[in-house]
Formats: sequence, C-alpha cells, structure tokens
Amino acid sequence: MQYYDVVLSGFGGQGILLAGDVLAQAAMLDGKHVTWMPSYGVEMRGGAASCTVVVSAERIGSPFADEPCCLFSMSKPSLFKFQDKVKKGGLLIVNTSFVDADLVTRKDVDKICFPASEIAYQEVGEYKMANMVMLGALIRAGAVMSLEKTEAAMREIFGGSKKKALPGMLKAVRCGYQYVDQESGVRIREL
Amino acid sequence: MHMKEQRMMHGSIALAEGAITAGCRYYFGYPITPQNEIPEHLSARLPEVGGVFIQAESEIASINMLLGAAAAGARAMTSSSGPGISLMQEGLSYMAGSELPAVVVNITRLGPGLGGIAACQGDYWQATRGGGHGDYRLIVLAPNSVQEMHDLAIKAFELADQYRNPALILADAILGQMKEPVSFAEPKIKIPAKPWALTGAAGRSPQLIKSLYLADGEMEKHNWRMHEKYRRLQEKECLVEQDLEEHMDILLVSFGSCSRMVNSAVALARSQGYKVGHIRPISLFPFPEAAIRDVSQRVGKVLTVEMNTGQMWDDVRLSAYPGSQCRLMARPGGAIPAPKQILEEIKKFLKVGDLLAKSVR
Repeated sequence: MQYYDVVLSGFGGQGILLAGDVLAQAAMLDGKHVTWMPSYGVEMRGGAASCTVVVSAERIGSPFADEPCCLFSMSKPSLFKFQDKVKKGGLLIVNTSFVDADLVTRKDVDKICFPASEIAYQEVGEYKMANMVMLGALIRAGAVMSLEKTEAAMREIFGGSKKKALPGMLKAVRCGYQYVDQESGVRIREL
Repeated sequence: MHMKEQRMMHGSIALAEGAITAGCRYYFGYPITPQNEIPEHLSARLPEVGGVFIQAESEIASINMLLGAAAAGARAMTSSSGPGISLMQEGLSYMAGSELPAVVVNITRLGPGLGGIAACQGDYWQATRGGGHGDYRLIVLAPNSVQEMHDLAIKAFELADQYRNPALILADAILGQMKEPVSFAEPKIKIPAKPWALTGAAGRSPQLIKSLYLADGEMEKHNWRMHEKYRRLQEKECLVEQDLEEHMDILLVSFGSCSRMVNSAVALARSQGYKVGHIRPISLFPFPEAAIRDVSQRVGKVLTVEMNTGQMWDDVRLSAYPGSQCRLMARPGGAIPAPKQILEEIKKFLKVGDLLAKSVR
C-alpha cells in the first residue's frame, strides 16, 4: 500500500471522526505517514460530519482527497455528496441501515452495502458500534491496515475511562472485517 | 520515523504544547473560532505546570496583559483569529515600539469583516507589514504541518527573546484542525537573561519601558535602531524549505497550508515529466529573498500559489531576479487549490512562456 485516501462521512454523532481517529492512529503505529482532516464549519450533532484520512508510505502533501480511493458513508446526504468523487475502481462502503442500497449508483467501483447498524446490534448489542463495523470492513476491503494494528490503535485510544467500551469496539471491528471475507463477495486484496 | 515517540495530535494542541515546552507560563486570550482549541488546552495545562491562564474580557485586554507580562520578563502568549488580531494591532505596535518579546498566534479566518472560519491566507499583508501603526515589523513564522506548529512555537519564543521583538505565528483552520503524528522536542530550553525587564527596582535604579520619544531626533534614532534589528533578522534568520532539481523550467512559491497542495502538485508534475522546483518561505518576515532571487535567476518562470488574491506575490516579485516572469494562482475566500488545478496552471504558464519567447524572436 503506497497511498490510500478515504473519506469517512455521515451524521454528526455517528462516530465518523472517531472511526477516522482509529485508522489514523493505526497508520501511525504501522510507521506510515498519515493525516486526519475533519470537515470544518458550523457542524453539530445530527448535521453532516466527515473526515479525510490519508495513509502513505511517503510524506503527504495535500490532506484532502479530490478522488478518494474509498468512501465510507453512513448517511444519504454524504453518499450524494461524495459518491461521484470516488476514484474509478475504488471502493464504496455504505451502511444500508441508514441508506437505501438502490441509491448507490456507481457501477465502476467495488461496493460493500451492508446493514452495519443491525450487525452491530446483533453482535455487540449496540447500534452505535456501527462505525466500528464499517471500519472493520474498510481496513479489510481497502487492504489499508491490518486487524492487529487496528486493534492496537483501539487499545490506545480507548484507554482509561473509555476502557469498558473496548471489548465491544474490538468485536464490532472484527465483525466488519469478517463480513468482507465471508459475505461481501468483493475480491480480497492482501496488505 | 521511529526515532522518537509519536502522538496523533491536532495542530492547535501541538502548538500549545510547544509553547509550554518553550517555557511559556502565561496565556491571555478571548475565544474565537477556529483557534479555541489553543485556550481550551492551555486552560487545563498551564495550571499543571505552575502557569497562569486568563480568559480576558476582550482581545484588547489580552494584548495589553501580554504587554505587561512581557515587560516583566516572562514568556507569554496570546492567540486569536482575524478580527481579534485586528483588535490587537494597537497593542502590538506598542510592543514593537517598546521592543517587548512575546508570541501572538493568528489562526486566520476568511475576511474582510467577520468572514467565515474556513482556511485562508488573507492576513499575510497584515502579518508581514507590521499590522498596526508605525514603522515596524513582526517576526512572522508560517508552519505547514502539525510538527511545525509545535516546533515553530518554540522557535518563535526563541527569536522573540533574542531580538526583543513580538513574533507572530500565521496558520489557519487546516493546520489547527488537522491531526498528524508529532514528536515532541526534548525540553532543553534556555531563557536568556532580561536585564531590561521591570522586576521591581530593589537594589538597582528604576527602569522604564516605553514607546514615546519626544526629544529632538530621539524617535528617528529609535526607528533606525529597530530597522537595524530587522536587517539583522533578514541576514541571519530566514527560514525556508527548498525542493529543487538540477534543471527546472518553473519555480513554485507557496507558504503555510497551501504549500501542502503545492507539494502534491509538484509530485504530480514530476511524475508527468515536468521539471519543477518549489520554495516554501517558513519565515514570512524575514522573507527569504535571497533564495528566491538565486533560484529565479536560474529558472526564469515563477508561479506563486496562494489562498488569497495575491499578497505574498508582492514579496516574490520584489525578490525575483529582474526580468523573471512572475505569475499568480490565487484562491481566496476559503477555496483550496487542488493539486490537479495547480498542475494545469503550471502547464499553462509553460505554454504561454514559450509563446512569449517565440514572439520576441
């Protein structure tokens, strides 16, 4: 993996920026160059939220993604806003618990459209872990980060008072990762 | 990359931590987006290290508190954005005239007026031309990464003390809000003695710090002395990053967050066979005139890329070797030039330049 840029997007409160944080932390632990850039404006809970994470083997110039390798979408507005920007042959990961799969119109990209919130509820008992299920799918299908490094990053980020959320978070990421292997049908690229 | 322990961190927090490492123990400020992470962080951190955090009643109060702390010999800082920095200009002019060292951070907004909170470089003129009234300069440093937000905060305190002059860090919401890995400097900070400081006159005669000079010829002498200081800064303290090749057809110049997009554009251009160089002024005052003059003499075509309508372009044109072709790619108002758009400008400039050369022949 020489260069990978991903736009993570959805509503404020869905843990979009946090999912980006985990990926960025994992990339740093992996010895990669990395930038984490939030959308910045009059954001609020329930409004639009997105961040761009760039992971690279070399020094990073722009922290923005004009044609991202991957879009991670947890809301209709974010799908509409970013879907056409994804690079040809790139990857779309969509949480169909929030977004009707019919709205995903791109034909020239790999697609993982799956009910991440329902999976999070069934497997971990928390709808709000959907962001971590999505992240698990992203690192596997995008071949952007190992599960081990992602878990190590989560142990660092969810320390202290957040530690009680950690087992559920870890399980959620593994569920997303395994979904790609077992059910998504997309071609798995190794790291 | 594994030399030192790294942490993922916002640029604003990295800057605040750099200030603490530099020995800054006093912060005065008034809230304004997009720089609130700096006072938020320092309000927690400064009491931990025996420092003082004051949320002042206004920016005018903040800058005058800063003047007082600097006059007492302390390392002190304020931060604000656009309109807040405008309010501080009177105090900054007094500090420059009184030769008081301190650090001011401008995480810029759009403008003029209330503008907006997106990233923009429209405060270049205000920062580099003094900003307030009178014949003075600020030391101006422009980071382009989270690591530099940290490192240049320390550098700003060092230069301010060394030259007895206020230093300003010019950044924007991209640099403040972005997270990147950062490794912290070893805290081996030496704060120079300040025999001029107002520390109470016990055991010595009273001292005066002022910017009022009424006697015949006194003010001119003071102005020339400060001018000599700015000349020394120009001679010794220029900070610049140069990414050059042996043969170049075009030189790009950019600073701050904008230089990150230019870095990508340079890589893209080179991958397509274009011979491109890039100079990034890190100190905006002193401006790295010599580097731009020398390289433009070899290259001939200079493209300045800025997130305003063309401000650093003035300094580039003043510095470029006489006869150089100087063009501008400008995106004001929160627009960010995409690397592909910059590449298009490079191609256009090379083409137009060739046409000009042919018509001259």
